[in-house]
Amino acid sequence: MVLEKPVTKGHARLETNTLLMAVVILITVSIGGLVEIVPLFTIDSTIEQVDGVRPYTPLELAGRRIYIREGCYNCHSQMVRPFRDEVERYGHYSIAAESMFDHPFQWGSKRTGPDLARVGGKYSNDWHVAHLIDPRSVVPESIMPPYAFLAERELGYRDIADHLWANSAVGVPYTEEMIAAAYEDLLAQADAEADWSGLEERYGDNVVTGDFDGDPERLTEMDALVAYLQVLGTMVNFSEYSVEDLRQ
Amino acid sequence: MPTKVEKDSVTGTETTGHEWDGIKELNTPLPKWWLYIFYASIIWSVIYCIFMPSVPYITGYFGGIWDYSQRATVEEQLAAAHQRQSVFLDRMAGLSPEQVAEDPELLTFALAGGAAAFADNCAPCHALGGAGNPGGYPVLADDDWLWGGTMDDIMVTIRHGIRSDLDTNTRLATMPNFGSDGLLSREQVAAVADYVLSLSGHGDAGAETLAEGAEIFAAQCVSCHGADGTGLHEFGAPNLTDAIWLYGGERSEVIAQVNHPRLGVMPAWEERANGQGLDDTTIRMLTVYVHSLGGGE
Repeated sequence: MVLEKPVTKGHARLETNTLLMAVVILITVSIGGLVEIVPLFTIDSTIEQVDGVRPYTPLELAGRRIYIREGCYNCHSQMVRPFRDEVERYGHYSIAAESMFDHPFQWGSKRTGPDLARVGGKYSNDWHVAHLIDPRSVVPESIMPPYAFLAERELGYRDIADHLWANSAVGVPYTEEMIAAAYEDLLAQADAEADWSGLEERYGDNVVTGDFDGDPERLTEMDALVAYLQVLGTMVNFSEYSVEDLRQ
Repeated sequence: MPTKVEKDSVTGTETTGHEWDGIKELNTPLPKWWLYIFYASIIWSVIYCIFMPSVPYITGYFGGIWDYSQRATVEEQLAAAHQRQSVFLDRMAGLSPEQVAEDPELLTFALAGGAAAFADNCAPCHALGGAGNPGGYPVLADDDWLWGGTMDDIMVTIRHGIRSDLDTNTRLATMPNFGSDGLLSREQVAAVADYVLSLSGHGDAGAETLAEGAEIFAAQCVSCHGADGTGLHEFGAPNLTDAIWLYGGERSEVIAQVNHPRLGVMPAWEERANGQGLDDTTIRMLTVYVHSLGGGE
């Protein structure tokens, strides 16, 4: 064993020479770092080339913040894995492109409740509101806590342009025009009577608009959260892509 | 550092030879089973990297000898499952839901498939077994239908939904905001609500109020709900003469519905924004299942 050898060799030499130790630590840590960082250089080829994925509208972004604030991700994932049981229940498996504008992404790792990656458009606004106010009023076996207060709380949105700007700073392609119009776009999306032409020009015509919480007089956190839920998983039309198209 | 390997007198284990302030360190080797599993896992990782996708390139990656893709695998598994069911699916092709229901084998298959699809997609609103939910989610297990309970009616509703934004063929009907848009006064709204309640033997309004309500009903409501108030499937107008209420049968609830009606939305299931609508076979199986729940016409 090493023990019989003189002290200045092998492991003992490492332990007794500070400079050598520092160099070897540096090399070891660098290898670990490279393995984690280098794959990110290929991110452009990792994200699938699909049409339809757009930045969240200001109202959806506000709803997304409530989703994160309330810790929805603690019980709901947003990641349909490529397994038969998941695809048959939730729909097409999630692809990287669908969460490329999410900072941070909401893939989650815990499914106390169902996956929400494709919940958009699956239920009516009324259902979401009834379910968030009292989950057991529509799903008797549910163990989800009620979020009735969302319908009572006014949505805080005066700083919404700053949130768009912050997202643009980390790579979400919000234009200056989008940031400048964030405030009015947010109000327009939640208003069933509004003129949506500016909103649709900036974000495309697949934006779900209208009064989400059933109370047209007020703009509540419920409006924003339901608007966010209704866009989840709806941006990419998967009937246009084959498995080869999505192969990275 | 002085190094002197010796046997520890208490445990009989060799020391590492290191000594700090008189404290010596025992040299206890890792258990052999642990060490060999550790070596084996290193070898396994190398083998894995050779066969499975592993090393990234500047563009793309080394796919391994097997060039495995979970996304391709799930497509194969879905195709294989479809293949296993094809004996029934092929027979079902081109058959109407009625014809499916007449064939005992296909009926069994459709009821099982329909029940699974119902639990995934419909139960959150209509509840398991079609028991319905208060607040606008109709019971599907009774014989009261808004848009019709024949196989064809049910299938159209599932395909196109009700007041769906995404489907141009969706079932569409609007009840005017009689109260909030000023078409009727508060008293008139209350009178017609009392009359509507009386159609199913409810309420305790006087004859005078009921007469006024009947007059308003005849002028405003009969075109959709029918002269006798039994409703019209064509407009999704509910039967008002039974004790089944979509938005509640309390007087205040009926008044609220006349004043500013709530108009329920059901998504269209054939077309969804992400192109992931239900396929034709699933829609037909759902139709057979919903029709079987108790109240199919």
